[in-house]
Amino acid sequence: MLNWMQWLPENVSTFGGDVDGVIRTIWYVTVAWFFITLGTLAAFLILYRRRAGRRAAYVKGERLREAAWILVPVVVVVILDLWLDLLGAPVWAKVKIERPVTDLTIQVTGKQFEWEVLYPGPDGKFGTADDRQLLDELHVPVGKPVHIIFKAKDVIHSFFLPNFRLKQDMVPGRTIEGWFEATKPGKYELPCAELCGFGHSGMKGWLYVHPPAEYEQWVKEQWPAA
Amino acid sequence: MSTSVEAPAIPGISAGKVGVWWFLASEIMIFGGLIASFIVFRLGSAGWGASSTHLNVTLAAINTVILLTSSLTVVQAFAAAERGDATALRLFLGLTILGGLGFLGIKAIEYTTEIRAGFTPASGIFWSFYYTMTGLHALHVLGGIAVNVIFFFGRRVRTPHRVELGGLYWHFVDVVWIFLFPLLYLS
Amino acid sequence: MNQARAGTITAEAVAHHAAGGFWRTYVFSTDHKMIAKQYLTLGLAWTLVGGLLAAVMRWQLAWPDTAVPGWGEIGPEVYNMLVTMHGTIMVFFVAMPILLGAFGNFLIPLMIGTRDMAFPRLNMLSVWTFALASLVLFVSFFVPGGAASAGWTGYPPLSARPEYTGVNWGLNLWILAQALEFAAFLMGGVNYLTTAIILRAPGMTFLRVPMVVWQQITAAALFLLSVGPLIAGAVMLLLDRTIGTAFYDPQVGGDPLLWQHLFWFFGHPEVYVVLLPALGAVLEVLPVFSRKPLFGYRWIVGATIVAGGLSFIVWAHHMFISGMDPRLAMPFSITTILISVPFAYIVFAMIATLWRGSIRFATPMLFALGFVAMFTMGGLTGIFNGSAPADIYVSRTYFVVAHFHYTLFSAVFFGGFAGFYFWFPKMFGRMLSEPLGKLHFWLTLVFFNVTFFPLHHIGLAGMVRRVANPLQYEALVPYQWINVVSTVGTFCMVATQLVFALNVVWSLVAGRRAPTNPWEANTLEWAAPSPPPHGNWGPALPTVYCGPYEYSLPEAREDYLPQNLGPARAR
Ligand code: HEA
Ligand code: HEA
Ligand code: CUA
Ligand SMILES: [Cu+2]
Repeated sequence: MLNWMQWLPENVSTFGGDVDGVIRTIWYVTVAWFFITLGTLAAFLILYRRRAGRRAAYVKGERLREAAWILVPVVVVVILDLWLDLLGAPVWAKVKIERPVTDLTIQVTGKQFEWEVLYPGPDGKFGTADDRQLLDELHVPVGKPVHIIFKAKDVIHSFFLPNFRLKQDMVPGRTIEGWFEATKPGKYELPCAELCGFGHSGMKGWLYVHPPAEYEQWVKEQWPAA
Repeated sequence: MSTSVEAPAIPGISAGKVGVWWFLASEIMIFGGLIASFIVFRLGSAGWGASSTHLNVTLAAINTVILLTSSLTVVQAFAAAERGDATALRLFLGLTILGGLGFLGIKAIEYTTEIRAGFTPASGIFWSFYYTMTGLHALHVLGGIAVNVIFFFGRRVRTPHRVELGGLYWHFVDVVWIFLFPLLYLS
Repeated sequence: MNQARAGTITAEAVAHHAAGGFWRTYVFSTDHKMIAKQYLTLGLAWTLVGGLLAAVMRWQLAWPDTAVPGWGEIGPEVYNMLVTMHGTIMVFFVAMPILLGAFGNFLIPLMIGTRDMAFPRLNMLSVWTFALASLVLFVSFFVPGGAASAGWTGYPPLSARPEYTGVNWGLNLWILAQALEFAAFLMGGVNYLTTAIILRAPGMTFLRVPMVVWQQITAAALFLLSVGPLIAGAVMLLLDRTIGTAFYDPQVGGDPLLWQHLFWFFGHPEVYVVLLPALGAVLEVLPVFSRKPLFGYRWIVGATIVAGGLSFIVWAHHMFISGMDPRLAMPFSITTILISVPFAYIVFAMIATLWRGSIRFATPMLFALGFVAMFTMGGLTGIFNGSAPADIYVSRTYFVVAHFHYTLFSAVFFGGFAGFYFWFPKMFGRMLSEPLGKLHFWLTLVFFNVTFFPLHHIGLAGMVRRVANPLQYEALVPYQWINVVSTVGTFCMVATQLVFALNVVWSLVAGRRAPTNPWEANTLEWAAPSPPPHGNWGPALPTVYCGPYEYSLPEAREDYLPQNLGPARAR
C-alpha cells in the first residue's frame, strides 16, 4: 500500500522509464515532506499539550530571527521545486516535443465511441487507395518509433496507453502529433480518458505490439497486393 | 505591543466608490476575457479579417463620437448635482440618456443591415465575436441608461455622490467601446 | 466619518427592526447574521443532494452490476449526470455558500467591529439570487433529458451541442444556474471587500484585522478578478447552444480549447476561493486553542496574497495534455510547483503556532488539526499533477480525484467544521456537545481516509475518471476491491454525519447557553452577546487597541487580551 511506485502498471515504452523516474523523485520528495511536516505536528501536539501551571510562550514570529525557523525550510522547498522542474523539463520534451524520425505513421481519430485507426499503407501516404482503417485496434512492431497523428471527429477524446505512460487529448479541429516506441510485445489496453458522452465508460481499444517478424506477417495480411 | 487607536478608514473614499470600483474590476475582466479571446483567435488564424470590411465604419465612428460626448455630459451632470442645480442636472442627464439611446438606435440600424446582408451570429467566427461583443456592450449601455433614467426621475436632486457613481459606470461603458471600435471595425 | 453613510445602522434602527415580524426577520432580512444563516441552510440542504449523488455514484463504482438500492439500475448517461451534478453542487452550491456565504457574512462585520455590511440590501439580493440559482439547478434535474452531464468542467464540444450528450434543457439551466450563482457571489464579494476596507471600527487598522477576514477578502478579490472570463465564456457557450454562434465549433473557425483556457483561468483561482476561507477559519482556531499568537501574522498575509497572485498564472496545469502547444507546458509547470512555496510557508506557520503553546484539544481544534494534516496530503499530491511529465500519466485518473478530495474536502469539511464548531455558540447562542463533536471528528477522519486514500492507488493503477463501470477495463479488474473499500468508507462516513445532525438538533433544543466568550478568544465577535442582536453592538461601536492574537502576554495576568480591552487589561 505504501510504495506508490508499485501500483503503476508495467512500463513497456522507451520513455515510460523517464516518466516513472520523475514520478518516483516527486514521490520521495513529497513523502519526506509529509513525514517531516506531520511528524513535527504530532511532536508539538504531544509536547505542548495543555498542562497545569504551564503557560504558552509569547512568540509572535514576526521578527526575522523567529521567522527564520520556517523561512529556511521554505527556501529548501524553493530549491526542491526548481530541481523537480529541471528534472521534468527534458522528460516532457522527450515525450511531447521532440519526435524521433520514423517511417511508420498512424492516424488515430477519436469519435463517439471508437478509435478509428488509419494506416497509410505501403506508399506511406494518407488519402490514397491503399489506406486501411481498423476499429479499436492498433498494431505496431516492437523496438521501432511510431509516429501518431491524433484527431477527433465530434467531441474531445483522450488517447491513453497506461503501460506506455502516454496520454494525449484529441481535439476536433486540431491535428496533434505524438509518438511512442514499444519495448515489449504484448496486448495493451487503450482506454479513452476524457469524458466524451454516454459511451465514454467502456470506450477502449487494444494496442498489439508484435515482434518484428510477426509484424511483417501482419502487414502482409493487410496489404496482400503489395 | 502597541495599543494606539488609529482611524481605520481611508479618508475621502466612500463605500459606494469602493464598491463600484470592485464591480468595475470584475466587469473589466468579463470584457477583457472576450477581447483577449478575440485577439488570440485573430492572431492565430488568418483570413477572416476580411469579414470586418462588411461593417459600416462611418456609423460606428458616429457612434464613437456620440458616446464620447455623452461621457462629457455625464460629467456636467455631476458638476450640476454638486452645485445643487436641479435644472442643469436634469438637462445633462437627459442629454446623456439621449446619447445612449442614439447609440443604441444606430447600433440597431447596423445590426439590421448586416443581418439583411446575410451576416448573422452563425455566419462564422468573426460574426460570432462581433455580435457577442457589441451585444454585451449594448446591454451595458442599456443598463447605464436605466441608471440615468432613475436619477432623472428621482423626486429630489439626488446626492451628487450617486450621480458620480453612475458617471463612473458610464465612463466604463464608454471605454469598453473605445476598445471594441478599433478591434472590430478597423483591424 | 464615513461610518454615517452606506448602510451603517444606528441604535434606533435596531429598535425599529426588532418589530419587523416574521418575514422581515427570517426571510427578507438585511441583517448579515440572518443572511449568513440563510446561506448556511441552503448550503447544508445542497450537501444532502451532493452527498446523495456521491453515495449513489460510489455504489455504482463498487458494484456496477447491481442496481442501487432505492434508485435502480444506473446507466452510463445517468452516471455522467451524477458526476457532473455532484461536482457542480459540491463546489458551487455547498463549498461557496457555506465557506464564503455563511462564514463571510457572519464574521466580517462582527470581526471588524461594525453593525452590518456596507450594502445590506445588496447582501439580501445576493442571497436571494443564490436561492434562485439553487431553484434553477434543482429544477434542471426534472426537465426532459435530465440534468447536465458534460462534467462539472463542461468542456465543449460535448457541452456545446445537445446531440452529443442527449441533454438539452438540463445543460442550459446548468449554465443559467451558474450565471446566477456567479452574480450572487459577485454581489457578495463587492460587499465583503467594501465592508472590510471602509467600515472597520476605530483602531482596527489593516494589520489588526483577524486572519479569517484577510482570507475572506482575498478570496473575494480572487473571485471578482477571475470570474469575468468564464462569464464571457459561458455567454459564448450559451450562444453556441442556442443561436448557432461558432466560438467552440472548429468547423467554422472556433476552437474547443478556448473554453478550457477561460474555464481554468477562473477554475484555479476558484479552488483557492474555496480554500482560503477555510484556511482562515483554521488560522483563527489554532491560536485560540494553543493560547499563542499566530506565528508570523504579517508573513501569512503576504503569503496569502502571493498565492492568490500566482493562482492567476497557473491555469494551464489542467491542460498539459489537452492539445495546447506543448512548449507552453513547462512554464506553467514551473509556476504551479512554485505555488507550493507560499503554502509551505502557511503550513509551517500553522505548525509553528503550536510550538511552545498550551494546546487544548477541543472539537474546533481537532478539526483544525485535521485540516492541516489532510490539506498537506492533498497539496503534496498536487505536485505530482503539477509536474508536466508526471501529469502525462496521472492526469484524468483517480489520482487527481484523490488529490482534489484531499484538498477540497479538507477545506469544506475539516476547515468548515473547525469554523462551525468554533462559531456555533456565537451564531446560535448554544454550546455544542463536546463528546459528540469529538466522535464526529474521529469517525469522519478515519472514514474519510478509508474512502479517499485508496483512490490514489487505483488512479496510479490506471483507472480513469468519469467511468460508470470500472470492470469494463481488464487492467482494473484485479483492483476492484479498492472501489469496494472506498465505497464502504463512503457509507460509513455518511452515516457518521448523523452524529453531527444529532449534536446540532440536541444543542439547539437543550444545549448549554453559550457565554459571551466561551473560548476566551481575542477577536471582536467574542465581545458581542451570543447570539449578537441586530446591529451587533450597543449604542457605541467597540474600539480596538491591539492585534487579534495577543495570547499569553508575559506581563498580563490572564492568558488572553481581547482586542477591545487594550489598556484596561494590559497590565
Ligand atoms: C481546494 C482545492 C484545491 C487546492 C488547494 C489545490 C491545490 C493544488 N493543486 Fe489542485 N485541483 C483541485 C483542487 C485544489 N487543488 C481540483 C478540484 C482539481 C480537479 C479539477 C478537475 O479536473 O475536475 C485539481 C487539479 C489539479 C491539477 C490538474 C490535474 C489534471 O487534471 O491533470 C493540478 C496540476 O498541476 C493541480 C495542482 C495543484 C497544486 C500544485 C496545488 C497547490 O496549491 C498545493 C500547495 C500545497 C502544498 C504543496 C502542501 C504544503 C507544502 C509543504 C508541506 C512543503 C513541501 C512541498 C514541496 C517540497 C513541494 N491540481
Ligand atoms: C467540495 C467538494 C466535494 C466534496 C465535499 C465531495 C465529496 C465526495 N465526493 Fe466528490 N467530487 C468533487 C467535489 C467534492 N466531492 C468534484 C469537483 C468532482 C469532479 C466532478 C467531475 O468529474 O465532473 C468530484 C468527483 C467525485 C468522484 C469521481 C467520479 C468520477 O470521476 O467518475 C467520486 C468517486 O468516488 C467522488 C466521491 C465523493 C464522495 C464519496 C464524497 C463524500 O465525501 C460525500 C459525503 C458527504 C459528506 C460526508 C458530507 C460532507 C459535508 C459537507 C461538505 C458540509 C460541511 C458543512 C459545514 C462545515 C457546516 N467525487
Ligand atoms: Cu472517448 Cu471518452
Ligand atoms: Cu488548478
